[in-house]
Amino acid sequence: MSSEQREIAHDRHSHPGPKQYVMIGVILTLMTVVEILAYYAEEDWGILNAGMAAAVIAILSAAKFITVVMYYMHLKFDSKIFTGIFIFPAALAILVIGAMYIVQQVLPRAGSALGS
Amino acid sequence: MASTATVAAPHAPAAAPHTETGVWSWITTVDHKRIGILYFFSSIFYFLVGGIEALFIRTQLIVPENNFISADLYNQMFTQHALTMIFLALMPLTAAFFNYIVPLQIGARDVAFPRLNALSYWVYFFGGLMLLFAAVTKMAPNVGWFAYAPITERQYNPGPNVDFYVLGLQIVGLSSILAGINFIVTILNMRAPGMRLMRMPIFTWMVLITQVLIVTAMAVFTIAITQLMFDRMFGTTFFDPARGGDPLVWQHLFWMFGHPEVYILIIPIFGMISEVIPTFSRKPLFGYNVMVFASVLIGWLGWGVWSHHMFAVGLGPIADAFFALSTMLIAIPTGIKIFNWIGTMWGGSIRFTTSMLFAVAFIAMFTLGGISGVMHSVAPSDLQQTDTYFVVAHIHYVFFGGTVLGLFAGIYFWFPKLFGRLMDEKLGKIHWVGTMVGMNLAFFPMHYLGMYGQPRRTFTYPGDLGWNWMNLMSTLGAYLLALVTGVFVWNVIRSARKGAIAGDNPWGAATLEWSIPSPPPVYNFREIPIVHSRMPLWEEDASKEPGIPHGKVAEDVNAITVGGTQVGEMEYPDAESKMSAHDLGIHLPPPSYWPIILAFGILLVFGSLIFRNLDGALHNLWYLSVAGVLLVAVSIFKWAFEPGH
Amino acid sequence: MSIVNAADHAANPAHLDTSTGLDNRKMAFWTFIGSECLLFGSLIATYLAYKGRSLVGPLPHAGRTLTGQQAEGILDIPLTSLSTFVLLMSSLGMVLALAAVQRADRKGAITWLFATAGLGLVFLGFQAYEFNHFYHAGLTLQTNLFGSTFFLLTGFHGAHVLVGVIYLGTLGMLAVKNQLGPERSMSVEIAGLYWHFVDVIWIVIFALVYLIK
Ligand code: HEM
Ligand SMILES: [Cu+2]
Repeated sequence: MSSEQREIAHDRHSHPGPKQYVMIGVILTLMTVVEILAYYAEEDWGILNAGMAAAVIAILSAAKFITVVMYYMHLKFDSKIFTGIFIFPAALAILVIGAMYIVQQVLPRAGSALGS
Repeated sequence: MASTATVAAPHAPAAAPHTETGVWSWITTVDHKRIGILYFFSSIFYFLVGGIEALFIRTQLIVPENNFISADLYNQMFTQHALTMIFLALMPLTAAFFNYIVPLQIGARDVAFPRLNALSYWVYFFGGLMLLFAAVTKMAPNVGWFAYAPITERQYNPGPNVDFYVLGLQIVGLSSILAGINFIVTILNMRAPGMRLMRMPIFTWMVLITQVLIVTAMAVFTIAITQLMFDRMFGTTFFDPARGGDPLVWQHLFWMFGHPEVYILIIPIFGMISEVIPTFSRKPLFGYNVMVFASVLIGWLGWGVWSHHMFAVGLGPIADAFFALSTMLIAIPTGIKIFNWIGTMWGGSIRFTTSMLFAVAFIAMFTLGGISGVMHSVAPSDLQQTDTYFVVAHIHYVFFGGTVLGLFAGIYFWFPKLFGRLMDEKLGKIHWVGTMVGMNLAFFPMHYLGMYGQPRRTFTYPGDLGWNWMNLMSTLGAYLLALVTGVFVWNVIRSARKGAIAGDNPWGAATLEWSIPSPPPVYNFREIPIVHSRMPLWEEDASKEPGIPHGKVAEDVNAITVGGTQVGEMEYPDAESKMSAHDLGIHLPPPSYWPIILAFGILLVFGSLIFRNLDGALHNLWYLSVAGVLLVAVSIFKWAFEPGH
Repeated sequence: MSIVNAADHAANPAHLDTSTGLDNRKMAFWTFIGSECLLFGSLIATYLAYKGRSLVGPLPHAGRTLTGQQAEGILDIPLTSLSTFVLLMSSLGMVLALAAVQRADRKGAITWLFATAGLGLVFLGFQAYEFNHFYHAGLTLQTNLFGSTFFLLTGFHGAHVLVGVIYLGTLGMLAVKNQLGPERSMSVEIAGLYWHFVDVIWIVIFALVYLIK
């Protein structure tokens, strides 16, 4: 049996079935709905302030991201090697985004606050 | 489609016999060894091209107020010199070794995706031609290899020069990313049975780390040049200050790629040196584990230091302090390696072959480059050094003293495996001495020139600043380097045809590639070996001296002379080694012409964009792009459904 | 060093395994996705670096430009919420397609593969509508930093969706021709990895570009 066949067999047995897939789809949809509600809670209804809305949306989108990667892309069930191959670049991408935000948006403001 | 097509598959139908010679067989080859050789000669060619460009620069600077070449041509020369050396000569030269050596070291019959491998080469081939075309038509990029905004914007640089930068590097970068994916899978998945990760030869380890850096860092660069391309071709505002664009964003993106890039150029060399030094010291590598972890650490930290190239732009004290510290930190794992190599030689039975001489010289010269690097990392001090010749000194001690010397060590070491013949040691030693004198003459004075204030990237200088004799020395050093590089090329060409027959394992080295004939048969390993240790060919020796895990060898060092006895264990009767893969029932993927066609499609897509910025009838050749996209699409389909793969 | 004879391997098919036991193509795809992370990461990084730095409008959300002019917000949240939902459902379609192929359910495979590709097309339709609308509202690639960063980021994503639609359509055709049995489910799984990744990127874009001000 080749690795391809073995993996196909593994995937067939260990991956979730259609029922779970639909469940996850529902959960993802719900999270999206809450995200959109958070947007309007800030924009139209004035329930949340901008920072809180941003936090809610960021956390929910991260949760959605992780859910899709773990369940639909099967990282939860597949070899940890795949997870490793994905995590390193994903972490770097977050680093690139975060660093760029800090050097372009945060530090200049901090700099002007310090008066330099 | 089978995922494991290249591992022994006794029952698989054997491929039709290959046409073994002729241009066509090279164009359609998917054999990693042939692709390695293509990379090897292409990059040597570009090494000479880059060298000629350097001679233009140095000749212009030989005396003050010189007008050997115009200021504009000077700009093109130093830019093109850097691009040629980095992207067309040194990276592909390391790629030649990835291709040729890595599958052999891990006991595989080919890489994981042979056609993708061919594609990487052909994409590089076309991208290289494009950049070369720019240079010979005097339309080469003229903005430095880091191409700072906003001088790269169309209103300041209306000619096609920067377009060649953007599009040429787009193509070459694509080639590297494809190869990176291929080699990561190859190294993780194609190892011979028993070769656990921590039993991999150190060179293979370094290649793995390098490829991870390539697929990540190169992606950042791809986006940066895509944005620049959009600025120039479609009028976006990314780096145009007049419309709010911030040149610093380019600098950040560039150096987020640029710093990992310098590691992409040096980590494979760490691997080569770590093969050469143990072999010629007859001692296992000192601190293999530490070496691996230090390199992984460098791979990580290398992502956190990029702004040390930007100390002078005014990022503020917080950022400057952070990046100064992280830069100093990264010198530590680098220093550890130096000690490992010295520790390996300590107490060994050293043989100073040319390869070993280059390896030892590497340690010394690279250390000098590292030291000037640490000097740069001190932000206030760097303000004096940045944009002066001091930086040029630094980069040449790490690139020439590091990458190039290491590559020479690697070439003298593995040449016999590639061509079955040894390189001439006498010419080699002339090459070595000339290189050492030449490089220090050429690059050492640059430290002082920088401290005295000579700016880099300036095409001439007044005669009364006391810089004259040092510039003269430097240029003479460059001429000497050119001369001995000629000796080297002559040595390669001659030895490939007339050198002494090498045998399987001329150096008595320890890793799997030396267990098979030189050059290896198409299928590499007739039987896939089973690996029990890091140094499979030294196991016997190790067993004689208990307590040393991988075998320090005490006996019989002198018997292993250059061109002398073979140490390899597997000796094939001649008749057998001439058997084809077909006769042996080994399945190898058949040749394919889709890689070169697909690569040509990619060239069309990007290449035709050049014409957007040219006036006249050529202006509107957009349909070439469309044709390119179609060609790419068709080739991908044909590729996906090609039988036999 | 011991040597195993090729003939022995015939009896020991385990040797056909890769060293990790994992499929080459699947691993290559994960590596490719890793590279894509950095491609999209850099685009998003640029978007964030330039957020609030446009000199003139239109802006994503109503507010002031860097030069102090008041500008309209141009993003249409209800519309994009709908297209986000469409893309999310296409991800569900994708896993159902994979499950169908694994079960050798040819009809299911055909249905879900084409449904997924179709939903992708609908998403692209939304995007085309949105781009066109923006164009008429005065936002182009050249207008301001928002236009440049927004169109490049979402356009790059849209190009990925388009490639995915073609990819899935091809697999669907194979299924129609009865050439996509369970033994080739790896091809579908890999296409799925690609498709979900494109979806995941949209999750990030939707949050960072559309919802968070
Ligand atoms: C001990 C490790 C190293 C340290 C601390 C270090 C530090 C630095 C710093 C701070 C600069 C910026 C200087 C300036 O522009 O003012 C620099 C430039 C440079 N370094 Fe290093 N470096 C190290 C090793 C290397 C290695 C191993 C390579 C390549 C193989 C390398 C290649 C370069 C290049 C090419 C530049 C110039 C880039 C340019 O401005 O065109 N460095 N280095
Ligand atoms: Cu650096």
